Amino acid sequence: MSGKYDLLSEQGLRLDGRRPHELRRIKCKLGVFEQPDGSAYMEQGNTKVLAAVYGPHQAKGNQTESVINCQYSQATFSTAERKNRPRGDRKSLEFKLYLQQALSAAIKSELYPRSQIDIYVEVLQDDGANYAVALNAATLALIDAGICLNEFIVACTASLSKSNIPLTDISQFEEVSGGPKLTVAALPTAEKIAFLEMSERFHIDHLETVIETAMAGCREIRDILEAAVKEHLLHMGSASDFAKVG
Amino acid sequence: MAYVALSEAEKTYILHGVEDDFRCDGRSRRDYRPMDLETGLVSNASGSARLRLANTDILVGVKTEIDVPNPLTPEFGKLEFFVDCSANATPEFEGRGGSDLAQELILSLQNAYESPLAFNYRTLCLIPGQQCWKLYIDILILECGGNLHDAVSLAAKAALFNTKLPRVTATMLDAGITDLIISDNPYDCTRIGIETVPLLVTVCKIGDYVLVDPSAEEEVCSTVSMVVSVSMRNGQAFLSGTHLTGGGAMHRDTMRNCLELGLAIGEHLDRLLTKMLNLEQQRVGLKRPQIVGFLK
Repeated sequence: MSGKYDLLSEQGLRLDGRRPHELRRIKCKLGVFEQPDGSAYMEQGNTKVLAAVYGPHQAKGNQTESVINCQYSQATFSTAERKNRPRGDRKSLEFKLYLQQALSAAIKSELYPRSQIDIYVEVLQDDGANYAVALNAATLALIDAGICLNEFIVACTASLSKSNIPLTDISQFEEVSGGPKLTVAALPTAEKIAFLEMSERFHIDHLETVIETAMAGCREIRDILEAAVKEHLLHMGSASDFAKVG
Repeated sequence: MAYVALSEAEKTYILHGVEDDFRCDGRSRRDYRPMDLETGLVSNASGSARLRLANTDILVGVKTEIDVPNPLTPEFGKLEFFVDCSANATPEFEGRGGSDLAQELILSLQNAYESPLAFNYRTLCLIPGQQCWKLYIDILILECGGNLHDAVSLAAKAALFNTKLPRVTATMLDAGITDLIISDNPYDCTRIGIETVPLLVTVCKIGDYVLVDPSAEEEVCSTVSMVVSVSMRNGQAFLSGTHLTGGGAMHRDTMRNCLELGLAIGEHLDRLLTKMLNLEQQRVGLKRPQIVGFLK
């Protein structure tokens, strides 16, 4: 492997003090905005993402199937070096297609014929794993909007250290340090993979281990997201007094 | 602007409320809706601020870099505005949909900041004619609930207050090429003085009356609005720019009413903003509240 730095110290700790299998701290919030049908905000370490969902509403053009429309946008001040354009570059178009692919696997499209669901993702701060955090925020926004999902679709990244130990949820520094980067979007309960992307090079013997590491991260993130949704429902339900519903 | 569908009866209701000085949400003509302001949200930026004005949400980040001064003004630094209308606000902003609104806001801010008396560009100069700071003020619109001009200018001023420029510790000159050495200490920084930085106040004409802080519904009822740029200097309010928007026409007497109301409100707004920013800056150590951001 041609990594410049060893991402793992001799004591088995990463550069930010995490162990190989530990996630960064995740905070999330549903219902951030009022005008979108669904909205969510998510922080994973220093990566901060906002997602908004509009729809289902009438689709443009003449189509008989449901349309899932995504846009991935990144604020110009979100990176260390200023970005010139928030969207329209190759990376944002690539992520838009990736989001569409993953969310199509999770949304029950047959319930929304001739409709369009708009999902807009805005990255406020970039510290690695942007796509994974964007997809997790989009999932929460869809739940906030009441869109019917098969289940949570959750994404996580994984990498491999110089000593061939798999790492979970890599940060920006670990991404640019030359280690391989694997992104998995999974439906954890059904144990299905909806999206898989890999960059850099490593031996095929380690691929299964790294995928399993990312899947373990997905399961852990799913539990965190489910707890956030339950807390949000409890908060909204108690505001309108559960007993009076129905 | 975000599309709000109102019927004629609803517009009449809003009009009568303005005439009686009792708006739909219970405000008078001179009242602002409640605002939340927080600074320092984005750690990648040199300065940042988030403003929530009822349901208008603005996030501003200030990026800094070293640039060559404009040959016409070698002693001045540079300031550049960029507005991104995020599709989170409304689906019409998808792709390039919000570029018209973004351009309008950029021009408003450029006009307001154009005068050297409104913004002191000399403080951004490092070496006259050779090196200067260039500030990018990047404005991200996340929700449109009316009154974007005021919200954008307030957030931009708060972000400028929060901006920390690293101190230049040494200058090396070699064969006409200048090299700057910047301090590594994150606390060794200079701040930008914002006493004269202008604020925009939108004064909206509905019927025969003018009001401030129009909501999205009130903006639909209005035929014409005036955006007044107010700059404070030595405790006195000055006009640093103004323009009409909305496509309607305005009588001269109404224009005078707009200017007087805009200056008075701008002065009050500036005092409150400065007071709150200084109050927040004084809370250090254990008194410093945790940055909440969008998790509140």
